Amino acid sequence: MPWKPEVNEDISQRSDEWHVRIRGINKTFGTHHVLRGIDLDIARGKINVIIGGSGQGKSVIMKHLMGLLKPDAGSIFVDGEDIVPLNDVGLNRVRKQFGMLFQYAALFDSLTVEENIVFALVEHGDPTTPERYADGRRRPPRRYSRSELHDIALEQLDKLALPRVLLRKFPAELSGGQRKRVGLARALVMKPRILLYDEPTTGLDPVSTKNVDDMIRSVSREHGVTSVIISHDMASTFRIGDRVSALYNGRIIESGPPDELRKSNHKWLREFIATSGAVHMDPVAEADLIDEPLVTAGAPP
Amino acid sequence: MLQRLAAVVDRLWGPLLRLLSASLEQLGAHIMLLWNVVRWALRPPYRLSVLLEAMVFIGVESLPIVLLISLFVGAVFALQLSSALRTFQAEAFTGATVGLALTRELAPVFTSIVVAARAGAGMATELGSMRITEQIDALATMAVNPVQYLVVPRVIGGILMVPLLAMVFNCIGMVGAYIVAVGMQNVDRGIFMENARWLLDPNDITQGMIKAVIFGLALTLIACQQGYNASGGAKGVGVATTRAVVGSFVTILVLDYFLTDIWLTFFSKNIQN
Ligand SMILES: Nc1ncnc2c1ncn2[C@@H]1O[C@H](COP(=O)(O)OP(=O)(O)O)[C@@H](O)[C@H]1O
Ligand SMILES: [Mg+2]
Repeated sequence: MPWKPEVNEDISQRSDEWHVRIRGINKTFGTHHVLRGIDLDIARGKINVIIGGSGQGKSVIMKHLMGLLKPDAGSIFVDGEDIVPLNDVGLNRVRKQFGMLFQYAALFDSLTVEENIVFALVEHGDPTTPERYADGRRRPPRRYSRSELHDIALEQLDKLALPRVLLRKFPAELSGGQRKRVGLARALVMKPRILLYDEPTTGLDPVSTKNVDDMIRSVSREHGVTSVIISHDMASTFRIGDRVSALYNGRIIESGPPDELRKSNHKWLREFIATSGAVHMDPVAEADLIDEPLVTAGAPP
Repeated sequence: MLQRLAAVVDRLWGPLLRLLSASLEQLGAHIMLLWNVVRWALRPPYRLSVLLEAMVFIGVESLPIVLLISLFVGAVFALQLSSALRTFQAEAFTGATVGLALTRELAPVFTSIVVAARAGAGMATELGSMRITEQIDALATMAVNPVQYLVVPRVIGGILMVPLLAMVFNCIGMVGAYIVAVGMQNVDRGIFMENARWLLDPNDITQGMIKAVIFGLALTLIACQQGYNASGGAKGVGVATTRAVVGSFVTILVLDYFLTDIWLTFFSKNIQN
């Protein structure tokens, strides 16, 4: 049966189970109705995977989560706070809890690997500084010294199994896999509570893919962060995902643990998952299949 | 006949309206960006090293080409004017006329065009490629305002460096004019200097400097606006760069006319008296 979000539930309360709750997100670019009512819950401390075809709007969902795009309608509750109406200043406060790894890493070309990794620390200072002094006055974050920053960058490289010689290099000199790991290091230094990964393994060879998967899993376990991953790769989705949600025609059509998705009777989803050959679907009677044609860009819903 | 004319007007009307609304939209977008630049420039943190970098890129790196161009602009003007003025036996005024033209017009306009072609194009390309490779989004996700980090230092850099470069243009332009007029066209050295000093006054220099400040603002704002909003891959970056350069050239020349008009109407001391 198609997945339905819980209704009549107060989602404006912080919940231990759910970190982010998206309701009714709509987004149109010009005449292209990309998101048509996204309902999605992100489980706290778990690895949440979003799957879907190219150009379906997966990256657009991510950008809404970070407040980079504003929806035409709908709400996004992070820890019970709707981030849709927030202005720049409010969004910046929320964004400090987020880390994002972009599809092509989006490292700053003009900065060295070291400067990329510690960029957020230079900008914002020590994220662990208490917000107020004992007498209640606001306390500015502690600034790092040069040598501290250098040590942090080295530590991050070691943790992600990157050679230390990379520190002085520029992003253009790195391989795709190295770039992604540097991008992850850059996201991790601020000790985020939610990490977003946009196609972390696309374009990587099988060994690098496995490395990135292991890395995502260990980051998730060690720091207890909530992970949201966009993926095309069914093998890794079913290997590391705690929850998997499928995006189709601008809506989330299924959402649940991987084993539940295997039982889906959605024709497109069954083909999408099974085509890779890495994951096998549970059999479903032909009569129960839901066959929803793909709406092409620009067409009305 | 009349009907056909009406049809033609009808057909022209649509694109014309579209052009008008597109221009207004562009103007609005630039004003919005300017407003954001002002807002974010006033708000901490103030990133001095980033500003310094922008100033070096806009100012120091444009210096060689400004030196070269100003020398030849001064020289060619001296050459033309000394030969033209000689017909009236007025070649003694070569220095004064070149000086006037340089400070009021040539220095601010040529400097801005050089900076727009070099630094403006560079900025549009850099911001454009940062946009399409999601580096601008990455900045925002790290809770750093991209306008504050990327656009503010470039615009301030333009406002500070273009007048300085225009000043250099003035001086070197006069050197070029001196070499040609005195060295090659046998204008009397003492008269060249005396007339130049007599005709030029702080009012002219102020006029030139104000123009340079406004052109510096306009060209950096246009370059940043185009680069910041680039879309459509590598081709989009090329489009942004072309638009930045062409848009800056047109804007500088059109603004120049109106600024001159305003200046002559309101601030000019009449030089005849
Ligand atoms: N800023 C934008 N302006 C216009 N269209 C956009 C924009 N961002 C995304 N789109 C469109 O939205 C659709 C979904 O894009 P995206 O989320 O990147 O797909 P994917 O699921 O492959 O990540 C695409 O058709 C794309 O053209
Ligand atoms: Mg994508």
